[in-house]
Amino acid sequence: MSQRVQLKDDYLESRLIRRRLVLSAVFVLILIVTVLIRLYVLQINEYEHFTTLSESNRVRIKALPPTRGLIFDRNGVVMADNLPSYRLEIVHEQVDDIDLTLQRLSRYIEFSEQDLKRFKQASSRRRPFESIPLKLNLDDKEVARLAVNLHELDGVEINARLTRNYPQGEHAVHALGYVSRIDVKDLNEVDEVDYAGTSHIGKLGLEKYYESELHGSVGLQQVEVNARGRTLRVLSETPPVPGNNLYLTIDSNLQKAAEEAFADYTGSVVAIDPRNGEILALVSMPIFDPNLFVNGISYANYNALRDSPTRPLFNRALSGQYPPGSTTKPFYGLAGLETSTISAGKKVFCRGFYRLPNEERKYRDWKKEGHGHMDMDGAITQSCDIYFYDLAYNLGIDRMSEFMYQFGFGEKTKIDSTGERPGIMPSRDWKRKAQGMIWFPGETLITGIGQGAMLVTPLQLANSTAALSQKGARYKPHLVRAIESSQTDIIREMTPEIVGNYEMKREQNWQHIHDAMVNVVHGLRGTAQGIRRGLKYKVAGKTGTAQVFGIAQEEEYDEETVAEKLRDHALFISYAPAEDPHIAVAVIVENGGHGSSVAAPIARKVMDVFFQGAS
Amino acid sequence: MSQELDSEQVSYSRRILEALKIDPVLFSLLIILSTIGAVLLYSAGGSDTALMTRQAIRLSVAFVLLVVVANIPLRLLKKISIVAYLVGILLLLAVMFFGEIGKGAQRWLDLGFLRFQPSEILKLAVPLVVAAYLSNRILPVGWKDLIVSVVLVMIPVLLIARQPDLGTAILVGSAGFFVLFLAGVRWRIMLVIGVMLSAMAPILWKVALHDYQRARILTLLDPESDPLGSGYHIIQSKIAIGSGGVYGKGWLNGTQSQLDFIPERSTDFIFSVFGEEFGFLGSVLLIGLYLVIIYRGLYIAASSDDNFGRLLAGALSLTFFVYLFVNTGMVTGMLPVVGVPLPLISYGGTSMVTLMMGFGLIMSIRAAKRFWTR
Repeated sequence: MSQRVQLKDDYLESRLIRRRLVLSAVFVLILIVTVLIRLYVLQINEYEHFTTLSESNRVRIKALPPTRGLIFDRNGVVMADNLPSYRLEIVHEQVDDIDLTLQRLSRYIEFSEQDLKRFKQASSRRRPFESIPLKLNLDDKEVARLAVNLHELDGVEINARLTRNYPQGEHAVHALGYVSRIDVKDLNEVDEVDYAGTSHIGKLGLEKYYESELHGSVGLQQVEVNARGRTLRVLSETPPVPGNNLYLTIDSNLQKAAEEAFADYTGSVVAIDPRNGEILALVSMPIFDPNLFVNGISYANYNALRDSPTRPLFNRALSGQYPPGSTTKPFYGLAGLETSTISAGKKVFCRGFYRLPNEERKYRDWKKEGHGHMDMDGAITQSCDIYFYDLAYNLGIDRMSEFMYQFGFGEKTKIDSTGERPGIMPSRDWKRKAQGMIWFPGETLITGIGQGAMLVTPLQLANSTAALSQKGARYKPHLVRAIESSQTDIIREMTPEIVGNYEMKREQNWQHIHDAMVNVVHGLRGTAQGIRRGLKYKVAGKTGTAQVFGIAQEEEYDEETVAEKLRDHALFISYAPAEDPHIAVAVIVENGGHGSSVAAPIARKVMDVFFQGAS
Repeated sequence: MSQELDSEQVSYSRRILEALKIDPVLFSLLIILSTIGAVLLYSAGGSDTALMTRQAIRLSVAFVLLVVVANIPLRLLKKISIVAYLVGILLLLAVMFFGEIGKGAQRWLDLGFLRFQPSEILKLAVPLVVAAYLSNRILPVGWKDLIVSVVLVMIPVLLIARQPDLGTAILVGSAGFFVLFLAGVRWRIMLVIGVMLSAMAPILWKVALHDYQRARILTLLDPESDPLGSGYHIIQSKIAIGSGGVYGKGWLNGTQSQLDFIPERSTDFIFSVFGEEFGFLGSVLLIGLYLVIIYRGLYIAASSDDNFGRLLAGALSLTFFVYLFVNTGMVTGMLPVVGVPLPLISYGGTSMVTLMMGFGLIMSIRAAKRFWTR
């Protein structure tokens, strides 16, 4: 300590710091002089130049919005394009009194509260010399009335701009999504510079997911304007880069056929090519016209869509979660064989109900009198519940959920669209987290027939069926097959992506399940044998009927007396041709009753159109 | 007779200021500068008193804080410096995990009754802690002390740059490094560090900078390449300043500023308004005023009679200069656009309060001197 005091020389140190302080003062002076020289250059040497820019001829930069990329189906049919339409736009800087101008305008055309609200929102975010749309899609009469009176409306412009259009109307709306007027929330999420001049943005579905591909980049024009802000001449121009075009995996014919097959039912169909995950049809019924949303839907129209009991805005294919019912049986059957819990030939006696050891409660079969002795083939073809209660009891919930995860149950498929939900594959862990309770053995049984807490989306069900048809190889489902660059002629093809690759322990196990599923359609006692007539190809399938509400013990379910809203959902999963599957289809018909009578025929219609087109 | 009275009055007010530990020279310069700021804000705010009034309220608060800080004894400041530093770091970490995101960056901490940027604390805490540390060591700085100090500076700098807030990171970093510079880091060592930094620059360019920060630097080299984005700021700011000429267009008459061509014209780009309305002469006077303030700070540093005071007052004055240089360099298109305000003039409360507290520290250093001659 004392040594340090000796070593620390106050006089030398203070001299050192003072020297450095003087040195910094010199540095500061030099840098300040640099700034002053810079100011001298700007304000005295280049004064003329900048004065010209500032006063006499103002140089403005105008944003040129890019043309949005087109969307085609897999055969080149146009699904989304752009049409020129007239818009009423206002440049704030040229308007003296905006309220007065709006009041005058209201004499010539009508605009809604909503139009006005959007206009004001946009005004606060754009520069005063940018034109801000007030009303889109003017008709000829409106254009004529405005054009005649434009002289007294300074700052008001009628511009022809390209606007999104869906030539197929309501068809494939849930696959495509739609664009709508950009709002403040959207502007916070995008690069504001790149969207200067852009009036629409993808709000849902593909249009949203591929926004960055479809949008393109903004162009700009340096223009000289007079004191009133009117453009005198264009000095230079960087043209906008149009967005890229999307080629879908969707076949619009198949899509339309699937939509028509539904008639008045609500529900969903998803058709996938199991060999690569390409979505061939993605249907959610009912459908609605996306063109309504492009130019700002009216409150009346919107309320009607939103409040309709059939919920047309709800994308059932991706967001609807349903109990899968008996369509899970082939998967559980395979789980039983693969874990050697049961052999295909082992018979279980079905007397119409099942009891857990030491429990009073009866778990019933859909067939009151029972199916008798059932092996794996019979249990799947005739959809015997007792067989699968017993199997589930022997498997246990842990092995069941472990196996089902490998086929994609309980997680999002990560499809290239928005709004997908993950469904639920129940497990002990899930129940502890979701409900804070332990797992009960009875729940294992009802999970074994796809009831209880288990939920799937139609997309998930189709994709799992596709994976089953491929002996466990599961692809990521996708809606876009290729992206065509607007600049070069380069087409980027999407490569199929394997996301799950379950390997069969014994090929024979899969064969048993597959044969049983073929028997569901082609066997004499198969639950879907009703669609067999006239089939030119072989189909493997499984019906399902999912309870919407529980039936108490000993009570009977009577279709006639149950309100339609509470009727069972009808389900059907299938793939074809059975020997070399090219298509996998999952159908869910809400409150449709039986899978065999309602859902299976829809799947058949889809497949018929598919194979007609292929041949 | 009357002359005698005058001088008596002067000495009377001086005695009050001395009792409040306030440096009359620095204090009056600060008052002049902030008055200019308020008058300019009236113009930049579109001849509206709203901005000006709010700024005046903040200024009063800031001046009160200046007096409060000036009255904290220097020895106590030295002791609490490490506490302030640690609290600042903890709050920065808190921002990282619980902070609010505004304009794409996570800088704000919401305490319910008050929202503030913890990075502001570090603007004072970093020079305080480094000066406190080095004032106990033997100068010029040896390797070990150098490494300790660099670590002390770089921890908060990296945390702030991550938010991302490049402007504040630069200010905090330079405050720390000025202490080191004044403490006499050998030229050889500075040369080595300089070479190392320039060798690392390409890596930092890729790793440390965000896309938008890279874009801003590139835009500086060629503003025309991005005339709708950050290039727009630079082009419009240059037009405004350049068209001001020798005498300027006069207060409230800047066409560029008044017509809303200049973005952020009341905050970071307020110098463009000044340059347009008061011209080259006005700018020279304004910058001259800044220079006198900086030199007064350096003079107080040189006259202080212990190392802590010298290092701290010197570093704070030089940091004040960095504000001025980065801001004027940015609006005249010499430096990339980083968010650094024009000190004591730009609209905004946080930086104003920190700056005034910094001047409070300088005044406390001056007050600690036992024999003060003029």
